[in-house]
Amino acid sequence: MRARAPGKIFNGRIRGSAPKRHGKTEETVERRHEEARRRGVRLFFTGVGGQGTLVATRLVGEAALAEGLSASMSEIHGMAQRGGVVESSVVVGDIRAPIVAEAQADVLVAFEPLEALRALNRCHAQTKAVVSTSPIVPFTVAAGQGTYPNLDDVLRELKDKLAAVVALDAEALAREAGSVRAANMVVMGAVAAMDVLPIAKATWDACLRKLFPPKLYDLNQRAFDAGFAHARP
Amino acid sequence: MHELLTGTQGDKKFLLGNEAIIRGALESGVRFVAAYPGTPSSEIIDGFAALGPDIGAEVEYSVNEKVSVESACAAAQCGVRSLCSMKHVGLNVASDAFMTLAYVGVKAGMVIVCADDPSLHSSQNEQDNRYYAKMAGVPMLEPAMPQEAKDMIAAGYILSEKHGMPVLVRTTTRVNHCRGPVCLGEIPEGTVKGTFSRDPFNLVVVPMVGRKLHLKLLEKLSALREEAEKSPFNTEEGAGPWGIVTSGVSALYVFDAVQELGVTDRVRVLKLGMTHPFPETLVADFLGRVESVLVVEELEPFVEEAVRVAAQKNGFRGKIAGKEFVPRAFELDSVKVKEAISRFFGVDYQRPKIFPVPENLPARPPNLCPGCPHRATFYSVKKVFGEEAVYPTDIGCYTLGLLPPLQMADFLICMGSSIATAGGFSRVLDRPVVAFIGDSTFFHSGITGLINAVTHDRSLLLVLLDNGTTAMTGHQPHPGVRLSREGAREPKVDVEALVRGCGVRTVAVVNPLQVKKTQQVLQDIKAGMKNGGVWVLISRSPCPLFERRMLGTTQKVVFSVSGDCGPCRDDLAQLGCPAFVWSKDEAGSSCVRINEVLCSGCSVCAQLCDGIKPKKLSA
Repeated sequence: MRARAPGKIFNGRIRGSAPKRHGKTEETVERRHEEARRRGVRLFFTGVGGQGTLVATRLVGEAALAEGLSASMSEIHGMAQRGGVVESSVVVGDIRAPIVAEAQADVLVAFEPLEALRALNRCHAQTKAVVSTSPIVPFTVAAGQGTYPNLDDVLRELKDKLAAVVALDAEALAREAGSVRAANMVVMGAVAAMDVLPIAKATWDACLRKLFPPKLYDLNQRAFDAGFAHARP
Repeated sequence: MHELLTGTQGDKKFLLGNEAIIRGALESGVRFVAAYPGTPSSEIIDGFAALGPDIGAEVEYSVNEKVSVESACAAAQCGVRSLCSMKHVGLNVASDAFMTLAYVGVKAGMVIVCADDPSLHSSQNEQDNRYYAKMAGVPMLEPAMPQEAKDMIAAGYILSEKHGMPVLVRTTTRVNHCRGPVCLGEIPEGTVKGTFSRDPFNLVVVPMVGRKLHLKLLEKLSALREEAEKSPFNTEEGAGPWGIVTSGVSALYVFDAVQELGVTDRVRVLKLGMTHPFPETLVADFLGRVESVLVVEELEPFVEEAVRVAAQKNGFRGKIAGKEFVPRAFELDSVKVKEAISRFFGVDYQRPKIFPVPENLPARPPNLCPGCPHRATFYSVKKVFGEEAVYPTDIGCYTLGLLPPLQMADFLICMGSSIATAGGFSRVLDRPVVAFIGDSTFFHSGITGLINAVTHDRSLLLVLLDNGTTAMTGHQPHPGVRLSREGAREPKVDVEALVRGCGVRTVAVVNPLQVKKTQQVLQDIKAGMKNGGVWVLISRSPCPLFERRMLGTTQKVVFSVSGDCGPCRDDLAQLGCPAFVWSKDEAGSSCVRINEVLCSGCSVCAQLCDGIKPKKLSA
């Protein structure tokens, strides 16, 4: 990765540099919005306690609302600090239930590869996935109860079943951006770049600014942009 | 100013269901809030506590749910609007107060939010608390989403005041922990002070008063039935010969399912928001417009039974179904509801192909954190009392001691059950009995069990896991808290003095992170227990997460393993710290290394193995 000026990596640059995907007219954006409203988009998030799954979920919800789409999200709290699985979901558009059932996820956002695999039953053949490849080995493995699957096998299984899989080393990209703690925003940058949601880059950026206190904003925006750049073809 | 206090009439915010409940109560002028935390309700009381003194309301972390209802109903009796929140099983604890409060009633509005947990995301059962409304004769509202949660809190206060009754707002996890857009109103000014008029023949429930109040309650219920008949929360959507009656969050699954099955032109949905007293006439009218009815609700057939009663009274001849098609256990979702609708009404529906999750994936259960003092306590107790003892446990982080390798949990039914069940076990077994309870749970409902054990000369050891906070639900305060942001403080209630006050003569206090000392004390207790009696070991060390949050302390050291692993590997395996990473050495024996990112520097493992040494962390 090249070092970039903090905070303004893509701001103002996107439209010019990637006209095919981003130089869309207002009409096209309108149509995408309409399509999302009509059809709805369901996103399923999975990760391990402490990875910032809920903040990431919130970002999608806020960004969708800022785009004038309806959105609701669902979280499961409680065990987050104790190393358990944290699952959440966002539904965008004309869907009323906030949860994602089996075979309902249009987008899988996995902050940990093993958990991506465990969420396979939420996915369908058209599901697009973003998967962070940095493993967090559960203590059950350390205690000899099971083995952690081979990362290549995990990704092969996901790619075999799903329509698209963006796999990225979110922790490494976050470290480059300033702190491994922003890995969740690297993943979200990749989600934004996948074009699965009718949300403009500027809207994502505005919501990042709203969601993070000023002290943490720059770091998280850098991380988001790193993920965004990574997932752009 | 706190974010929940900002925004005026007409603004929209993206709120968690629990935040919407707070905002709704604030806009209704709530001045007295009391609760014991419990998932999924905890953010309600925590949110109020975070608002600070700005809101001009008393915010009480009550010792348990029964106390919270009693405390809040006194405020409501004095004309001060009050709110209680609790998880579903909390209402079991509060039920004694709840049942007769329905007789006595309130002057100012009182809303009790109880959060059911279908699918047991973080609970010991998935009881359906709607039956409490019916049993007590209390009006009930069931929101489906955050906006409705806020609206129902406001409506709840109006209903409560108009009829002089507490109102139950029954949520489920998917409402409490759903975030959605919520339209705001204004927050009025007010005061926590009220007035009390003496009226013992309506407020002191002796039998002659109770008889009179029961008749009054029945009158109130028929007036409330009229409210339910015209409640704006009971709404009908769609048109067609197929009827669906639903309530709470299930309504959202129904709407999505009907849409996705493409049967909107054939289905009429009655969504009930006020389900007790049951709007029988409204439902009878609805039955008159449909040929057959499917009732879609989570858990018990609460609405279904009421619909059947309405049908029977009004001569409905169509088919009614519910739990034959809709699962009775666990939460619903739109896939389950689609399946039920398609089977009942005979709609073509292709079940989606579900990718199987590969087998044998390693599990990731929640676990005691690295550095958790509970792990050290369990380790030492197991070392001394071994497999022979029976270990009744209780509700809190330490329930996770259930998992291997510790496996220090043999029996649990509810908050506080450890001690009283230990008393029972000890009377009928000739085995040592060692019970575990956390400090917050001890205050909540352990004290009476301890007094009972002392009174009946039971023979047991109670290990009181005193980490100085209510850790499991997010570090809420309790009477024994010893840490504040300003540093150490005297606890309001000293747990050791309390235990002695319960009649326990043999009380010891240890720091479980000092392994040798702890085990020595346990050995002494084990020897002493041969003569019977109730023994209490207070195992005191603050929850490291709480300590860090309160004092801002930073970690000074991590530990690492030097050299090869010897026989102490077995002890380390028993300790089972999540920071341990195991592998096989060349000889095929297991050997441990420490993940320094996870290590919290508690030093317990270094006391078990000479090869584990501290390493200073650079600042």
